[in-house]
Order: sequence, then C-alpha cells, then structure tokens
Amino acid sequence: MAESNQRFHVRDCALVRMSTGYRALTLREFKECIERVPSSSIYHHFWGRFLQPQFDEPEYNNDFAAWAYHGLHEKALAEKLSVIDPTEFEDIEALRQELIERIEDYLFEYEYVPWARAEDQFHFVKSQLVVLDTGMSISRPEDLQEAIPNMSLGSIFYHFIDARRRTVEKTNDFSAWLLGLGPEYEPLASAFDKLDPYFSSLKALRTMIHQACISFFSSRGE
Amino acid sequence: MELLDAYAKVAGREVVEHLHQLSEPLKGMKVVHVNSTREGGGVAELLRKIVPMMEALGLDVKWEVIQGTNRFFQCTKGFHNSLQGKTVVLPESAIEEYERINGENAEQLRDTLREADFVFIHDPQPAALIRYIEDRKGKWIWRCHIDCSRPYRPVWKYLKGIVAGYDASIFSLAEFAQPLPHPQYIIAPSIDPLSEKNMDLPQEEIDHVFDEFNLKRELPLILQVSRFDRFKDPLGVIQAFREARKMVPLQLVLAGGGATDDPEGDIVLEEVRRAANGDPDIHILVLPPDAHRTINALQRAADIVLQKSIKEGFGLTVSEAMWKGKPVIGGDTGGIRLQVIDHYTGFRVKTPEGAALRIRYLLHAEEKRLEMGERARRFVKENFLVTRHLREYLALMIALFHGLKDRIDLNSPDESS
Repeated sequence: MAESNQRFHVRDCALVRMSTGYRALTLREFKECIERVPSSSIYHHFWGRFLQPQFDEPEYNNDFAAWAYHGLHEKALAEKLSVIDPTEFEDIEALRQELIERIEDYLFEYEYVPWARAEDQFHFVKSQLVVLDTGMSISRPEDLQEAIPNMSLGSIFYHFIDARRRTVEKTNDFSAWLLGLGPEYEPLASAFDKLDPYFSSLKALRTMIHQACISFFSSRGE
Repeated sequence: MELLDAYAKVAGREVVEHLHQLSEPLKGMKVVHVNSTREGGGVAELLRKIVPMMEALGLDVKWEVIQGTNRFFQCTKGFHNSLQGKTVVLPESAIEEYERINGENAEQLRDTLREADFVFIHDPQPAALIRYIEDRKGKWIWRCHIDCSRPYRPVWKYLKGIVAGYDASIFSLAEFAQPLPHPQYIIAPSIDPLSEKNMDLPQEEIDHVFDEFNLKRELPLILQVSRFDRFKDPLGVIQAFREARKMVPLQLVLAGGGATDDPEGDIVLEEVRRAANGDPDIHILVLPPDAHRTINALQRAADIVLQKSIKEGFGLTVSEAMWKGKPVIGGDTGGIRLQVIDHYTGFRVKTPEGAALRIRYLLHAEEKRLEMGERARRFVKENFLVTRHLREYLALMIALFHGLKDRIDLNSPDESS
C-alpha cells in the first residue's frame, strides 16, 4: 500500500458552447472553415463534444468524421478523418494541418466536390471550459476504487480526456499520478492508457476506469 | 437544499454536487429572468424550476413577467413567426406598440434590472427593455428559445438592432445562431423530471385518462402534445394517423394547451377540428395551461408519441415523452434532431407518409419499441434534464465574468475574484 505526499486533487469542469459563425455546405467550404476557425473550435469538435449530448456509442470519434458521413455521405472520407488520433499531434495547429491535408487529398482524388443539403450543413462551434477544484483529494491509489464512481462526468472529462491535450506526456492525469508514485502502479497506469475514450460516453468511461481499478487491486488482494 | 436533494435522487448525487461547486463563485449575485407569461409554453415551465434551483444554490434570483396588450402580443407573435421564417409584415403601429409596452414595463422594473448582476431576457417580447434601462450594472443576456435559423430578414433586422446591445445571447442550437456583435452561446433546453408533467404517476392515474377522455383501452394510442400551431403540423399528424389506420386499428390524441401570448391558437384549432371531421378515434383535447398531470398521464398511456413539427425551437415534448420511455416519431427539424437519434431513440420523418410508416413499424415490433423507449429515457437522463441546463447557465455566467478565454481556471490566482 503506498503512502505518498503526492495527493491527487480532483478537479471538475463545465463547458459552454459558443457559435463561431462559420458553417460549411460543401467539402471545399468545410476545408476553408477548418483553415480559419479558432483553435478552440478544433479542440471542441475533437474533445469538447464529450460533454455534449451524444448517444452512448458514437459511430465516429470526432464531429468532422461524423459530418463527412451523415452530412456529405462520404464514408471513405469519414473513415480517413476518424482515424486521426488528436493526441499524436504536437498542438492544435498541427492537428488542424492534418485535417486540411486529408481533406485536400480527398478533394484531389475526386472529380466533384461533395455537398450537403442546406439543413445538414456543418456548424463550427467552440467552447469555453470552466475548471474548478472540488476540494476532494486522494492520497492513496487504493482510494480510487471508491472515488471514481463518485466523480462527476466533468471530473472524468477533465482528468481523462482534457488531460491528453494539457499534459506533456499526452496521457490522463490518473496514469501520470500513479507513475509518479512508483513502478508498482505501472500496470494500473498502463490499463488506464489502454482505454479508448473515443467510442464511449463519459459515463461508460467512468465505469471502465472503475473496473480497471477493481481488477488491479483485487489481483493484489486488496 | 431539499429541492436539490430531490434532484440528486433523480439525476445523480454527483450532478448536484457539481452544481454546488460551480455556483460557489456566484453566491449572492443578483439574477433576474424576464419573460412574457407565467403559464403555458416551455419558457414559463423552465423558469418555474430554474429560478428556485438557482435560489437554492445561493443566488439572489427574481422572475419578472412583462405585462402587455393584445396588440402587443399580436406583434410579438408576428416576431415569433417571422423568426421561424414566415413572411410577416408588421405595420409601424405594431412596432410602436411593442416599444411602448417595453418602455412601460421598463419603468416598473427599472431598479431591479439596473441593479442585477445578470439579466436573462427570454425571447423577443421583453427584448426591447434594454433600450430603456440606462447605466446597467450587470451583464445582459438575450435568451432566444425560437428556431431562427432562417428568419424573415426585415423583422430580424429590426430585432437585431435591439439584441445587438446585449452582452451575449443564447440560442438552443448552433443552427439558430445569427451574426451578432457579441458572444453567442449554445444551450439546449431541458425538462424537469420532478415537475407534475414528468414525475412518476400511479398506474390508476394513467388508466384514468382512458375514462376521462373516452379513449378505447383496446386500441393503440398515438399522441401528439403541442400548442395548436401550424409549425407543429397537427394536420400532418391527422393525415399520418389516417394512413397508418388503413393497416392497423388506432386512436389519436392531439392534446394542446394554450398560452396567453399565442392569439393564433384558436384559428389553427378550428382547422384541426375541421380536418378531424368528427372521427370518433381522433380526440382533440384543449387542456388548460396547468393540466400538467393530465399531459403526463397521456404521455405515459400512449404507445407512441409524435412531434411532427415542420419548424421547432427545440420541442420539449420530445424529451418529456422519451423520459417516460416512449420512442418518438419526430419531424426532422431543429432541436428534434438533437433528441431523436434516428433508429435509436425514435424516428425522424419528413412527411405524414413517413410518420405513418414508422407508426406501423413500432406497433408491429413491440420489443423494438420497448427497447427504443428504454434508450430514449437514458438519453434524456444524461443530456436533457434541467440540472444540465442549469449547469450551463452557471458556467456561462462565470465565463461572461471572465471574458472570452477558452479556459477559465477558478483556482488560478488570476481568475479567482
């Protein structure tokens, strides 16, 4: 059982969406908008969407890919955009460039410019994130078992999704904390890292994180 | 505190704890909501809950209702229709009446509005109040509950001149946002799970609606609850019902409430009655604005709920029905698209024929209907309860206080105030 001075401070967040005024009807307009929208809009359509209404099992892991399929009916493009892992990029600008290049490649390959019906146009939004301290902190990794199910979905978003953009290691806050406590927690950190957050709702993700904790500590007889 | 405990039981303890934390920096602040009716319509229903919840979180909240004349409400109904895309030519005298009434109400509310830290003005009716309140202390936010994705330009041009003076505006969907010289927030509306319209009911009370409205227990019940308004397409619902009934025996209930700011309702109701043409299995119910439990019971008694709108701001009745575990067949428009996930929580349709097809399908596949209904309830619980709505209002208020930064960290020394 580890005792450490490094406490894990549980934070929470709430997100409000804002209109950017940018909207796209054709794939060319879509690319031009991606070139111009604020970086917070790119962030939102990859990450912020988790805090917005969505069905339990989204088909695509970012809004751009979802629109390529549902708005433009271009399944191949949807697939190409869907495999983009935002954590692989240095920053939002690099991610933006990747999106642009994939769309340009697609436009180059095809003889026509795909378009959506007026009512299916893509509206670029951005978001403001309000981050707050919950006052709750965890001193021992074992306590994660009890703490995780009681965390709000905002906390799960902040520590598991938002952390990938925020931290140098591009990992979640739980793994970063555990690794700082010593090698004995590496398997749990590794189990967290393997969770793919992009095809779940935050609620399902919370359950998966909790289950990983239970498996790890029960295997240690705790 | 008891009020919030009750929400914790339905929405989750952590959801309410989150609200407490978020409201901490706003405690004691003066908040005023202004709209044009206390009864009828989604806005009044929302305020009836948001206001006491904000109070329970420690904010100093007031709900003011402006008073108007019949001519004033005809003008604002014209605004409403034109924001939804209808060509409405408003005479100069109507605009004068609109401004005069706003000026009169501003006199009554002057001190309250001037002193408030946050003023939420709901819809166009009280929007012009801002013109008559000088030296405003707080942030003024125009909350537009209407689908104004394609407004009739001349009327929007006039209203834009008014709402441009606000510090921010809120629209229900990104599609509805219009170019304005201030931040435009996107906040979807919500339902209140504890209200009389959505709370659990004893089975006897649900069964009672069959007797009360002379419905047949042996026939599947199809329901649409909405104001008698052309944009809700009640005539299309009757057509869909008749199409579906060719294959399956059915009964239809069209239940509409009235709102004091909707003078067109009677005309549309008459059109609906003519279309029903005395059909004994079409029940047109005109319910008083406070018939919330009756609507609740009807929604629970129904097998399928329709909301076949042609235009829709959001369509709270969709989430209401989904909360009761009913799949919804909804018009493929506006906020219905956000709630009805096609083939998962219901079906989105564009025509009466499409609605008829889906009615027949859902009545044929009972297991699928129940499964969809269960998913629909879960979807509403996670996304469309009033607790989520309140959370976004609180976050918006904090965000407005801290400017247009992408990220506001309340524990950072630069942000805490």
